[in-house]
Amino acid sequence: MRNTILYCLGAAVILLLVRDINLIAGFPEEKSQGAIFKIIFFHVPLAITAMLCSMVSLVASVMFLKTKNFRYDALAVAITEVGLAFLLGNLVTGSIWARVIWGVWWVWDVRLTSALVCWLLYAGYLMLRRAIEEPTQRATFAAAFSIFAFIDWPIVYLSIRLFRTQHPGPVFLSSQGSFPHDWTMAIFGPFGVLMAMMMLATVMTFVRLGQEDSKRELDSLRRMAHAM
Amino acid sequence: MSAVDVDGVWKFYGDYPALRDVKLQAEKGACLALIGRNGAGKTTLLRVVAGFSRAGRGQVRIFGKEPRETDTRRQMGFIGHGISVYDELSALENLMLYGRLYGLPDPKKAAMDWLERTGLAHVRNGLVREFSRGMRQRLAVARAFLHEPSVLLLDEPFTALDDKAIAVLQRLLREALVAGKTIVMSTHQLREALELATHVALLNRGQVAFHGQRTPEMVSDPGYIYARYGEAN
Amino acid sequence: MTAFFRQALVITFKDLRAEIRTKEAVNASFAFALVILVIFSFAFDPSEDTTRDMSGGLLWIVFAFAGTLLLNRSFARELPNDTLDALIAAPISGAALFFGKAVANYFLLLAVELVSLPVFGIFYNVHWTSQFWELMLVLALGTWGLTLIGTFCSALTVNIRLREVMLPMLTYPALVPVLMASMVLTMSLVAGKPIGEETIPWLKILVGFDIVFTAASLTLVEIVLVG
Repeated sequence: MRNTILYCLGAAVILLLVRDINLIAGFPEEKSQGAIFKIIFFHVPLAITAMLCSMVSLVASVMFLKTKNFRYDALAVAITEVGLAFLLGNLVTGSIWARVIWGVWWVWDVRLTSALVCWLLYAGYLMLRRAIEEPTQRATFAAAFSIFAFIDWPIVYLSIRLFRTQHPGPVFLSSQGSFPHDWTMAIFGPFGVLMAMMMLATVMTFVRLGQEDSKRELDSLRRMAHAM
Repeated sequence: MSAVDVDGVWKFYGDYPALRDVKLQAEKGACLALIGRNGAGKTTLLRVVAGFSRAGRGQVRIFGKEPRETDTRRQMGFIGHGISVYDELSALENLMLYGRLYGLPDPKKAAMDWLERTGLAHVRNGLVREFSRGMRQRLAVARAFLHEPSVLLLDEPFTALDDKAIAVLQRLLREALVAGKTIVMSTHQLREALELATHVALLNRGQVAFHGQRTPEMVSDPGYIYARYGEAN
Repeated sequence: MTAFFRQALVITFKDLRAEIRTKEAVNASFAFALVILVIFSFAFDPSEDTTRDMSGGLLWIVFAFAGTLLLNRSFARELPNDTLDALIAAPISGAALFFGKAVANYFLLLAVELVSLPVFGIFYNVHWTSQFWELMLVLALGTWGLTLIGTFCSALTVNIRLREVMLPMLTYPALVPVLMASMVLTMSLVAGKPIGEETIPWLKILVGFDIVFTAASLTLVEIVLVG
């Protein structure tokens, strides 16, 4: 039953993405940046999805600390990994964008820099998990660090933004120039790219959750075997 | 109300149960010897009772209160595998530190007192890192008894002690029992422990295989308990 | 309330006394700071004006790296004789234990920084005394932020594998706001500009970070100390 739902969701994701890509390809090109500007249709939703993942991770971590139920820990690690993947997508699309526009593979744009620091922060979360063998301790410490990371990243973003207002650098999106309505819908609308990505994140999280369940079972069987 | 009450305690490492439905009591003034093979769960159980880790299921009560409550911590003394004193501080400084942490009215006097009773008064200003092994162990004992705890939790306290330290510890434990303190002690050294014990509990793979009063047979033949109750495969 | 501070101070004095007696961590930390200052001089020519301009930033890299050495020891020093067990068993709250250690670390790190400052001034030909008290303020606030995160992560990593590797990995990304703010402020102060309109927001970020993370660490540390 659960697998059926996941397959349906996956199919829906593919359909939506196909529809959206066709739609986006049909849009006129942007004046100053050309075709590459359309990467924004993926660049932005990737970041938003990653942010949503970090919020879910926070909730899962807090719930684990309150209830000690390992399903919340599994959710926390799964959603963080998925979030990291999406954030990496954001970094890569940003890099490609920079390469096309400015000829360099990286620029220290506000959002890109913040995304990089956040990526490092949550990568630290995964590294911390890997360094702790004992499952209860691992879950508890990871939850504490996840809360720490969540408190930190808004401050990180604010700091970097403040830095960039004082030391202006290359910016991907200029705030002037309105965004056409149908473009906004293509990202944020009910059939938009953001919806597709959120569904994709859900699918990936559930797949990962399934892995975590199996792993926990195997772990406990292994410990029982050792004990005998 | 029992001094120490372990009620249906389970402890999980992940999904693996290190302690399974452990039910034990130690009445006030009793000395409970916890025996069992390596890996049976003695250390795990003691650490749950002492409040170092939380039970997955079930509860532990010390004089009716939770182990982590401040009052309970004040009444509890713990000796683990390490000596829990600082190498870079002197014997006196170490004991005064713990005296202050435990809120003793006169930390210095209590420290001097216990240094006398463990035979360390003459080296009170010496740094612990210069102590011999036996002296370090006696200081560890002084640290645990310093705040006059009413419940003593000892994890294999006789292991690797020299003769003088064993004698000091046995004397102090006897005095403590006479004064009405409660002792729960895990041990491999069956002889020294069983001499002092009033009750015995055998742990086997996280479960209590036997729990009752210490009988004369146990003292004369320590292997008896294992033979009778242990190791059901 | 007073019990909290009283017990925290007991821990602070204990850590300070032990460290002053051995001086292991401060010596290593200071030596490390010196080495980094020298190595940086190869990458950034101290005689160039541009280097002098950004030297304030370099200084905080030195403090962050040398600081991590010191902060790593904070809870790690409780491991050799299982003293951490005794501290957790004692009737002292996790928050008081953490706070006591953080304060001790703070003073040790400040000491290393204050000794490094003149050396830095000499090596990089920088007049860091021009806005002296304001610089001290930045040092005080920035170091507290460093200390908080470092001590918390020290508690987090005390019992895990690869502690020395994990601590920097976890601490540095989290410290980005503190380091950025301290660097910007220091660069400006060392160049002779008092704290003004442009730099006040950075001061606010520093203070905000310190407050938020003091609260967060004190709340979360108990969870991390008792499994």
